[in-house]
Amino acid sequence: MKRLPFQGRSMAFAAVLVALVALFAYVALRSGPLAPIAVTVATVQSRSVTPGVFGIGTVESRHRYRVGPTVAGRVKRLMVDVGDQVVAGQLMGEMDPVDLDERVRALDAAYRRSEATVREAELRREFAQTQAERYEQLLAVRSTSQEIVASKQQERQVADAALVATHAELARAGDDRAALVAQRKNIRLVAPADGLVIARDVDPGTTVVAGQSVVEIVDPSSLWVSVRFDQSSTLGLESGLPTQILLRSRRGEPLPGRVTRVEPRADAVTEETIAKVVFNSILDPLPPIGELAEVTVSLLATAPAPVIPNAAVQRVDGQSGVWMLVRGDLQFTPVTLGASDLDGNVQVRRGLSVGDRVVVYSAKALRARSRITVVDRIPGAAP
Amino acid sequence: MISLAGRDIQHDWGKYVFTGIGLGLLIGVTLTMAGVYRGMVDDGKALLDNSGAELWVVQKETLGPYAEPSSLNDDAYRSILAVQGVSQAANVTYLTMQVRSAERDVRAMVVGIASGEAGTPGWPSYLVAGRQITRSHYEAVADVAAGFALGDRVRIRRHHYTVVGLTRRMVSSGGDPMVFIPLKDAQEAQFLKDNDAVLQSRRRTSENPAFNRASVPGLLDAVITSQSRNPYVNAVLVRLQPGYASDDVAGSIERWQRLTVYTRPEMEGILIGKLIATSAKQIGMFLVILAVVSAAIVAFIIYTMTLGKIREIAVLKLIGTRNRTIASMIMQQALGLGLIGFAVGKIAASFWAPFFPKYVLLVPSDTIAGFFAVVVICMLASLIAIRAALRVDPADAIGG
Repeated sequence: MKRLPFQGRSMAFAAVLVALVALFAYVALRSGPLAPIAVTVATVQSRSVTPGVFGIGTVESRHRYRVGPTVAGRVKRLMVDVGDQVVAGQLMGEMDPVDLDERVRALDAAYRRSEATVREAELRREFAQTQAERYEQLLAVRSTSQEIVASKQQERQVADAALVATHAELARAGDDRAALVAQRKNIRLVAPADGLVIARDVDPGTTVVAGQSVVEIVDPSSLWVSVRFDQSSTLGLESGLPTQILLRSRRGEPLPGRVTRVEPRADAVTEETIAKVVFNSILDPLPPIGELAEVTVSLLATAPAPVIPNAAVQRVDGQSGVWMLVRGDLQFTPVTLGASDLDGNVQVRRGLSVGDRVVVYSAKALRARSRITVVDRIPGAAP
Repeated sequence: MISLAGRDIQHDWGKYVFTGIGLGLLIGVTLTMAGVYRGMVDDGKALLDNSGAELWVVQKETLGPYAEPSSLNDDAYRSILAVQGVSQAANVTYLTMQVRSAERDVRAMVVGIASGEAGTPGWPSYLVAGRQITRSHYEAVADVAAGFALGDRVRIRRHHYTVVGLTRRMVSSGGDPMVFIPLKDAQEAQFLKDNDAVLQSRRRTSENPAFNRASVPGLLDAVITSQSRNPYVNAVLVRLQPGYASDDVAGSIERWQRLTVYTRPEMEGILIGKLIATSAKQIGMFLVILAVVSAAIVAFIIYTMTLGKIREIAVLKLIGTRNRTIASMIMQQALGLGLIGFAVGKIAASFWAPFFPKYVLLVPSDTIAGFFAVVVICMLASLIAIRAALRVDPADAIGG
């Protein structure tokens, strides 16, 4: 009776101690540096990838007309407003002619005066002609002197010359007037093409300088997206490639399009290549010009090659490579990467072959001597 | 030979074990506090490790990019690449801000990483789920501590980003989770304010007669465009070619590019010596007090435990037990208590450490040092108790 409870006590104490030791061993091996690192593993497969290029751009119009006067002046009237459709040749507004009309009238009067002068010169010449002829006949019957006939002939020549001068004067007056009328026409603001008014920069009464835009017109059928692509990813970008355009206002509704031009000149400051992407069909309603768009260009699919997820690529001692699983041990293998797609798959040019097993995710940074345990998913990482 | 200590413990093992567990929890707190301190330092080092850089090129005469604001032109990296010994140079921006997802916001350090492939300086060095960023805009890789899941859409300033990858232990020196986004977006996020502010700034510019001149059409547009660009980054991260000493390359960049360059030891000095110095000292001070208090409590427990048995010890002495036997009994009990306490403390600390909001790093060397400290403290405490026990008069066994 006396021994049993004593033994029971020591058993209980021993049990507590054993539990404690076991827990301690578990903690020491499962946490801290001795704990194995959870990793996930993927098998290298051979397949082709479809590289993509992603960029953002703004909706722009290919044809954009800024209409304004060619000389400084004041805007007299404007008949169109933003949103109006105009046709080529339509009068949209007019600059204040100031004294142009009066000057045209003055030139009209000057022209008529020149006409009168011509008439006068003609009359003078006719009279000089008649006089010269008459004295020539008198000279033939010897009833006048040689000298007088010579003087009459000279008068006729002078009248001839005067007539030529007045004709020239008349032509000058006419041209002057025509020039002024052309100037008068020039201050009319006429639509150069069919389009949509997108800006009316000033209102009637405002003084504008030569070349300043008064009304801006775009051609709605020529909308395109001017996209900026990061230069490091533009290998293979060329005109004609299909694209997906995601307008900021139509999220979840990608629109088909295609690259129409890759600009020969890139932006050296922002390190971007610029391309123009057109919509496959005209949009209705039109997206506002300047709206932001995300553009994804699908490049041509590459030939099959070993493919790994880009999460597997790590950098150790200055070399890009992957942690390969060789008979349960980690081994760092430097690789040369090739084409990659936007879903994170990257082809390996050198360093891996199909069937190799590589570490994709790890719970900690790996070293060659790390203890690992292969799991399906890293614990704690939400899927 | 019978173990007096064992017999005594078995006599009242429940009390003994519970004393040990109580002591253990106290030791656990001390170990955790050491872990908190180590975690702080490790957060700082993790920040440096994660950047993957060997040199940090920052604005001249600043302690940037972590300890002070620093900004340099985003094309500075091109001339740095030309310096002999540099193998990779990449722009990077850091901005600590609130990142919003659908229903909550998280304080995070937004890191703008240069385009390129995995392994570019500044990129997250490993992932736990998802993939690295492949698009040059509007994708993000977040630290798991931020609590985002793959596919979540988070808002940084005015743009939405899709979380495509998750990483772990990518934190700022303050322990905030990092969110990696493409550099161009980060530059914009750092500089561009909300739409109202943009509008206000445009209005202000257009009201300035120097910029809004009718005689120079297009000037206002040009000025506004130049105002809403941000050609700056916070630092350039540099990796060296093999065989070049970081001090040499740093010296040559400092001399010819007129910028300030930090090497890894210098950066550690800045982070640990300046950025987290006060809070680390605070924790360190607390740790010292906690250790002293724990030692005192261990000593008191063992002392009172011995005094509680003083009558039994007197009896032992009366029946002629040798002093050595009594002393070793007390010493064994004290050590046993210390071992139980250490084990419980280590277990407790390991179990509750992951639940701390900031990183708690339990370093094995700390644990080993803690073990020896516990043993030494127990031995010292038992010496006092032994002294008290040996001085007891055997007559007390009958007298008291």
